[in-house]
Amino acid sequence: MPSLLFYLFAALTLGFGLMVVTARNPVTSALSLAMSFVGLAALFLSLDAYFLGIIQILVYAGAVMVLFLFIIMLLDIKEEAGKTPNYIAVGGAVALAAMLALQIIAVATSRTEGKKTMADAALKLEATGAAMEAAKTSLPTITNDLKEGTLPDAKLMGYTLFSRYGFHLQVIGLLLLVGTVGVVVLSKRDKEAAS
Amino acid sequence: MITLNHYLVVSGILFALGLAGVIARRNILIIYMCLEMMLSAANLALVAFSRFRLTDGLPDYAAQSLVFFTITVAAAEVAVGLAIIVALFRAKQSVDVESVNKLQG
Repeated sequence: MPSLLFYLFAALTLGFGLMVVTARNPVTSALSLAMSFVGLAALFLSLDAYFLGIIQILVYAGAVMVLFLFIIMLLDIKEEAGKTPNYIAVGGAVALAAMLALQIIAVATSRTEGKKTMADAALKLEATGAAMEAAKTSLPTITNDLKEGTLPDAKLMGYTLFSRYGFHLQVIGLLLLVGTVGVVVLSKRDKEAAS
Repeated sequence: MITLNHYLVVSGILFALGLAGVIARRNILIIYMCLEMMLSAANLALVAFSRFRLTDGLPDYAAQSLVFFTITVAAAEVAVGLAIIVALFRAKQSVDVESVNKLQG
């Protein structure tokens, strides 16, 4: 059953991904990309990354795609009707992408590490919880969740982000601030040029 | 059974699709969407590695933190990039990459 769901969502992700590349209408592309991201979020969930799966839907399928659709409709972009595609570029793109995909698949499948199944990499929740309790770590909620056999994904993610990567998190916050200021500056109409 | 290879193959094909789109398409917005697709493909590979290479019986949260940062950077990048596209459209009245040819000899 989990493998059936994997194939379903992998097909969803790749099928709509193909539609993003081939659709003539930019709105079709954008909506296909949103569906592709939903499939990808489901794959994240199947990998026990619940927090990232939700973030993927909220940020990508929500915020980013709304921004894309907003810009497409703001600029009022029409279908590229009548324009013939550049066949040299299309041929080159297909050849290059096929070669890259084959190379990635060849490298990925040549390792014995890659043949691990979910059963080989089973989570050891209770054992880790017991070990954390024995080591007297000051993380009571995470330890309790682990001892009960549930994966406290968001709590562990938050713990990692705010302990090991606290400085990086602040740098990312600064980056978002700079991005916001940059967008405002870029979008402002030049007053001297307008008058 | 689903192995790590399955996820890596999906990630690789998604990345190649994005690359094909960036090379073949001429609409700059679609090129931008394909870039986002390539970033997501890399995220999928990272999450798969994090799940299949356990540390202390738990997924490797260092890898998932990297994915979190990648998503944040991608969101900031989309905002700035779309502002640049709007500025470009104001200057050229077109989103075709071939209309940007001022540096062509």
